[in-house]
This record gives sequence, structure tokens and C-alpha cells, in this order.
Amino acid sequence: MKTFGGPALFLDRADINTDEIIPAKYLTEITKEDLKPYILEDLKLPGFDPKGEKTKDSRVIVSRSNFGCGSSREHAPWVFEVNDINAVIAESFARIFRQNMFNCGMAALELPKEKLDLLFGYAGFADTAIAVDIEDQKIMVKGGGKEESISFEISPFDKALVLAGGWVDYADSKY
Amino acid sequence: MGMTIAEKIFAAHLVDEPFHGTRVLKLDVVMCHEITTPIAIADLIARGKDRVFDTSRIKAVIDHVTPSKDSKTATQAKMLRDWARRHNIKDFFDIGANGVCHALFPEKGFIRPGYTVIMGDSHTCTHGAFGAFAAGVGTTDLEVGILKGVCAFREPKTIRINLNGKLPKGVYAKDAILHVIGRLGVNGATDRVIEFRGAVVDAMTMESRMTLCNMAIEAGGTSGICMPDSVTVDYLWPFISEDYASKEAALVEFKKWWSDEDAVYERVLDLDISGLEPVVTFGYKPDQVKTITEMAGTPVDQVYLGSCTNGRLEDLRVAAEILKGKKIAPTVRAILSPATPKVYSDALHEGLIDIFMEAGFCVTNPTCGACLGMSNGVLAEGEVCASTTNRNFMGRMGKGGMVHLMSPATSAATAIEGKMADPRKYL
Repeated sequence: MKTFGGPALFLDRADINTDEIIPAKYLTEITKEDLKPYILEDLKLPGFDPKGEKTKDSRVIVSRSNFGCGSSREHAPWVFEVNDINAVIAESFARIFRQNMFNCGMAALELPKEKLDLLFGYAGFADTAIAVDIEDQKIMVKGGGKEESISFEISPFDKALVLAGGWVDYADSKY
Repeated sequence: MGMTIAEKIFAAHLVDEPFHGTRVLKLDVVMCHEITTPIAIADLIARGKDRVFDTSRIKAVIDHVTPSKDSKTATQAKMLRDWARRHNIKDFFDIGANGVCHALFPEKGFIRPGYTVIMGDSHTCTHGAFGAFAAGVGTTDLEVGILKGVCAFREPKTIRINLNGKLPKGVYAKDAILHVIGRLGVNGATDRVIEFRGAVVDAMTMESRMTLCNMAIEAGGTSGICMPDSVTVDYLWPFISEDYASKEAALVEFKKWWSDEDAVYERVLDLDISGLEPVVTFGYKPDQVKTITEMAGTPVDQVYLGSCTNGRLEDLRVAAEILKGKKIAPTVRAILSPATPKVYSDALHEGLIDIFMEAGFCVTNPTCGACLGMSNGVLAEGEVCASTTNRNFMGRMGKGGMVHLMSPATSAATAIEGKMADPRKYL
């Protein structure tokens, strides 16, 4: 099982799409590792630098609604995976992106707006870190001298995929 | 309690329900293209599982970048080609026979009402036009589909959209779907099936229904779906005539998939579109729509006519009718990519290609091309494209480029004027 958590990157916008996460011109790469430098390359957001240290250091992404909309390209979760970002927390996800995350044994966690706002309250602190406990369904956030725990819902199937390490192993053993 | 068409298809294909709310379905068709499949192949090889569940149920095409533009895309094509040969996949379409997947596969008669279909491409929902449950998936789902012939989905909640009335002159399926997406929003149908019903859909050709279903994903929908009727039977007849005694018999069978009268919908949206105007997008999301009256006069650098949304013969005919005897504006460049070799050939024999070329269009081979900024027709920084494609994300057709989505008719009128123009004055 992958590890989930560490310094957090807050992307405060809805509808961040797969073209912004990984532009189509890089879909010619045929290994996941080759995607690494291009993470979020086309995302224009005030204060965000895709090539910056913050992007490199982060291990969790927190965003708003409809994250990952657009293409079916699994390169979007992969570019996070090869940058050691195994969890994305948002108000909602596009279906294919969300499934791709779980299929890779990664986590796409949905929080209702109030809980997400609570998390965004930590966005201004330089030291904000988030830890995700999939089994206990809890997000621990720490930063700016405070900390708290937020519970989340996850479908039993998605949870099983994360615990199994992904869909291929799960499906091959079962079907 | 009655069932929707999606619920009927799910019930007929259920393999397992490992957890409440998760259905593992048997797949009838698994489609592959050269961008998302090679990594699945590589992973299957690495796992020592270089197998396919059923050679005859896998369809593959090289369409996104073809002919290959560089060594990397040549390698992707080679990986798919070698794999198709290795597993004796008969329905593999390479250069000369290849076209845009969601136009080519229906044209080959691969889809039937009641089928389950997946592909590593978000616009797979196009095939719902035939009354199939067709969904775009990522590479891992595709990999499991190739290996085991199954895929997992959540329960299919359905939004029913009744398109009532009649499409006015100069207004097409593309305008209708852009209008619907404007109403639903880009995530208005996430995890939902969109069932398209009503007099407008009944009167549509299969090509128009494909345009409608193609963009269900732009509202977040898992699939778009239409009821299979006599239009569906007529389209499929060359492929099914040996299976049924008559078209009537086929229709009786197809109607078994129809949503029951008392089926339960999560939401029903009644839209009378008799007064709809041609619609174009103005921002970076497909739900940002305005009428052509509001947008007319906006200058464009490029016009692109093609893609899985609007590269079919019907689309070319509409545009050619407007372009006949006219020239495109000197400030604009226009590209036509017929979606399949058959579309290209038919357009050639009907004299449509001549009309496009005399107007000043560049005619390319069938390919996904500029739609996703991967091959011919990419925009430069700051350029604007009037496009019949389905997605207008920032930089979609090239970094720093702007895309306005519209119908083939509106794109043709726009090409003539070099700025967004109302097609109705040319009809």
C-alpha cells in the first residue's frame, strides 16, 4: 500500500482539468516516470508555480469541485504518483479521474464543502501537512500551530482498491 | 418498479456486486487507441499477463496521431500494431483504413443496443447513441477490460432530458448539446447517465445522436444514451440483416432495452428547443455558452472542422452547403479532417471535397489531429480557433490558444467571414 500524506498543496479553484494536470503533448511518453517534470504545467493560478519548490515538496493536493474533469488520460494520476503525491482531497471529482486514482491504489477523497473549507483554513500556513488514514477514514491536518482531525466517507469498493494496491491485482485475483 | 435502459443493461451484464453500489459488468466491446493502450500493454507484459479476454471483442485503431509525427508516436503506433498482430485482433485499423475511433467503430457496425462498451477515451459515451452503455475509462480499467472482459461501475442513476419541439433551421445537434451542457453545468451529470429523449431526438439521424451523446462527458456524464429505434435499425441493417428475419423483428428486439414507462429518474429536464439559436462557447469550459448573435464578429485565426463530434458526412454536407461557391476570409486558415476514410471517400464522390478546397480549406487525412493539440493544426500562443470539436479547455489545441466550440454550419459561416458568423444567413 502506498503512503498518503505530507506537505499540502492547495489549489483553490473548481474544475481543474486533465489538460491542466498534464497537457496532451506529453501523452506520447510511454513510461510514467517520464511524465514527472510536467506536473500541472498548464495550470494558471495566482501564486502557483508548477516548477516551484512547493510543488516538488508537496505530497497531498487539496482542491475544490469537479477536480480532474476532461480526458480519460490516466497520465493525470500518474504524474501525481511519480511526484509522490498519492492523495487528492476535493469537494468532488470527475468520475474517470476519481476511478483512475483508486485503480492505481491512490486516494481521491471527497469532503463536503464545510469540511473542505476547514482544511482550506490551513492554506495560508507554510508548514501545513496532511496525513490520511484510509483504514480509519480520517484526515489529520496540522499547521500554523494548530491541528485537527476530519473524518471522510469512502465507498467500500474504493477502499478495497487502495488496500489491494489497485484494480489489476484485485480483478485478476477475483475474475 | 420500472427500469431505465441503463439499469436494464447493467442487470443483463452483472458479473459481481463486490460491495453495495458497485457493479462489475461483463463487457461486449473493448476499444483501444494508440495513446492510452500502449501503457496498458506494457504493464500487462511486465506482469506476465500479455493476454486478451476475447480477440473478437477487442477493436483497435491508430487515430490520435497518424501518420506518426515523431519517434515517440511511431513507437506508440508500433506497440499497438505489434500487440494487435500478436493476438490476432482482426478489427485493427492502421494507416489507410484508420479514422477517428468514435466515428470509425460505429461505421463498422461494432455497436448494438444493450451492449456494454469501454475505451480509454473520455468520448466513448458517443456509442450510447445506439442504446448501448458506453463509458470512457482510464488505462487501468482498459487493462482489466483487455485481460478479463469486465469493468466496475457505480449504480447508474439517470438524468432524463426531453428535447421537445423541433430544431429550427440552422440549428443542429451540436447546438442542442451545447445548450444542454450550459443548463447542466460541467459537473451537472457526474456519475449519471444522460438519457436523451423527445421529439427532437426521435427525428435525429444516427450521426446527430452520436454528436449529442459524444458530449455527455462535458457535463460529467458517464454515458449519454438514446432509445434504439427504427433509425438505429436502418443504420445497423447492413450488419444485422442475417440475424433478423426483418427490420421489424430487429426493432421488436431492440425495444426490449427501452426504459420502462414507470422507470425512476433522478431528474427530468424538459427543454423545448424550437426557439434555440446557434450556440457557441465563449470561455474555457464547455458550459460557457452564448448565442451566435451575442458572439458574432469575434475574430478567429483558424477554423477546424472534424473530430469525433462533428467529422461525419452529415457535418461535411451542412458545411459544404454554406461554403459552395465561396472563399474563406484571407485572415483565416481552415482545416477539414474527415473523420474516417469512408467519410472522406463519400465526400470526394459527392463533390464536397472540391467545395472545401475551392473555398480554401486544407483537407487532412482522418485523424484526431488538432482537437487535443497532439498533431496537425495546433494553435500558437494567443490564437483563436472556431472548432467543431468537443472541448475548449485553456490551451487544449495548443498552449495559449483559445477554442470556441460550435456546429459545422457555424464554423463554415465563420470561415467565410473570418470572424464568428451566424450560419442562418447562408442557408
